[in-house]
Amino acid sequence: MRGLKVDLKRNYDLYLMVLPAVVVIFIFSYIPMYGVQIAFKNFKPVLGVWNSAWVGLKWFQRFFNTSYFQTLFSNTLLLSLYSLAATFPIPILLALLLNQFRSDKVKRTLQTVSYAPHFISTVVMVGMLTIFLSPSTGLYGHLSRALGFTPDNLLGSSNAFRSIYVWSDVWQHSGWDSIIYIAALSAIDPQIYEAATLDGASRLQKIWYLEIPMLMATVSILLIMRVGNLMTVGFEKVYLLQNNLNVSTSEVFATYVYKVGLTGSPQYSYSAAVNLFSTMINLVLLTTCNFVVRRLSETSLW
Amino acid sequence: METRTPAPGLGKLRHMSVSDRIFYIFISIIGVCVFIITIYPIWFVLMASFSEPERVSRGAVWLWPVGFNLDGYREIIKESRIWVGYRNTIAYTVAGTLISLLVTLPSAYALSRKDFKLRKPLMIFFIITMYFSGGLIPTYILITSNMHMNNTFWVMVIPFCLNVYNMIVCRTYFSVTIHPDLLDAAKMDGCSNFRFFVSVVLPLSKAIVSVITLYYVIGKWNEYFTALIYLTDTSRTTLQLVLREILLRNETATYVSESAIRMELLVKYTSIVVSSLPVLILYPFLQKYFEKGVMIGSIKG
Repeated sequence: MRGLKVDLKRNYDLYLMVLPAVVVIFIFSYIPMYGVQIAFKNFKPVLGVWNSAWVGLKWFQRFFNTSYFQTLFSNTLLLSLYSLAATFPIPILLALLLNQFRSDKVKRTLQTVSYAPHFISTVVMVGMLTIFLSPSTGLYGHLSRALGFTPDNLLGSSNAFRSIYVWSDVWQHSGWDSIIYIAALSAIDPQIYEAATLDGASRLQKIWYLEIPMLMATVSILLIMRVGNLMTVGFEKVYLLQNNLNVSTSEVFATYVYKVGLTGSPQYSYSAAVNLFSTMINLVLLTTCNFVVRRLSETSLW
Repeated sequence: METRTPAPGLGKLRHMSVSDRIFYIFISIIGVCVFIITIYPIWFVLMASFSEPERVSRGAVWLWPVGFNLDGYREIIKESRIWVGYRNTIAYTVAGTLISLLVTLPSAYALSRKDFKLRKPLMIFFIITMYFSGGLIPTYILITSNMHMNNTFWVMVIPFCLNVYNMIVCRTYFSVTIHPDLLDAAKMDGCSNFRFFVSVVLPLSKAIVSVITLYYVIGKWNEYFTALIYLTDTSRTTLQLVLREILLRNETATYVSESAIRMELLVKYTSIVVSSLPVLILYPFLQKYFEKGVMIGSIKG
């Protein structure tokens, strides 16, 4: 305690520098954490968070008793798993591909092009999808008619929703996500390549014995993070792609929380309870994942 | 196709083993495919935006503008909403980025100092918020009923101004690049921590400052969720909110005449171009910084 006082006197400006960040995070992150108690209360805006009456686990029970629990759980999980299966390996493959081009010009051009879609906003991304996939006026419609098919209304199809979501993500973010692997690959000593060439290793052998092992540490860290966040599906894109026709597969935790909490006749407490439940699943997943990986290898998040 | 691909080593193809030769041809083809798949949708939108509305909806546009004209752009200039959104978004982006930097950089520096007593507990204080949050509703109640910030300018620039991840990236950069000897020397000359930060640390950290600035600018330009929830007043609207209305409005429901429907479609293309223009123009110049950012972010701090 005395050490702190001395430090406060000597380095008072360091404390001032960190103060705005502490204040902002305290108000806009920690006060809402305190507000989470409304998940166990019957929140009435006139009474406020503190004075509303406790109702125990009422909202959680209500949620588990609706058919929504199962739907949301499986929709969120399936969308996430599908997304993981596609958007996790493809950036790795892309990095390996780019690494094969040893002309810097070709590599640069491909890289520059592949990052570009990352900066398109979600709204524009979904807008592009609606334009392209329109059966009457879109590229997809014209292309399928040219090939002799009858185009479906993909955006209004609950079967197509997940694929549209995942593959547009692949298009948008693979280039960006590959940067970190490209960095890891560039750390390979050129002399090792030369030695491998002298030993008569083919390109494929170099990929298999040199490049892939080099990526493994990065891969495992990123994989824990992805699996740990399995139940988090970004709100914006799902919400923007959602419509009455595909809602049976596109309703996930985030959209449901928004819908019951802020639209129609808002049910604040119920929505907060559903939200808290999904946050909890996430935390459990992340901790388990980290624990398992730490057991299996040296790498872990913390 | 492979003969036109300037794949490296292709000139040396003769000196290679057969399997390597096949391999190079193969990866060149994939490279070309990746290039086309990535660039084509963007290129198509750009070309369609300069074409005749009738030909666009008929599917006559593939590679170049067909019936070159600027009708779509003329139409969008008349859409006052998009310009209100544009103006507001510029204001939110400029003010928001400044505030974010003022909060992020000094705190990142303080937390990078090993002699800072509260370094450990404060790091925990910040990191917890990356894994646990009160969630949508408690935050909404705080911002609307307790602070009455909804439909104000401030809701777009204050509540979410600190991105903890960005702060940690900066902190890592500072602790790796700013040598402790520099501080000792400055202290000898009676320099305060704050002055040291402003006149030594920041000038030495141009790379990370540009990276973080860009992250914030792009993030604020593309921000949708905050605006959707907290801005209902049309005079406060943002570009992304207006775009959503334009892009996702139903073609057939609202417009009766054929030509109006077609014009509506064309306006979708032009609005995409107009709204992404600032980012697209900046992009090639800034690209090298983005990479640097990801690399620094990958150092475990």
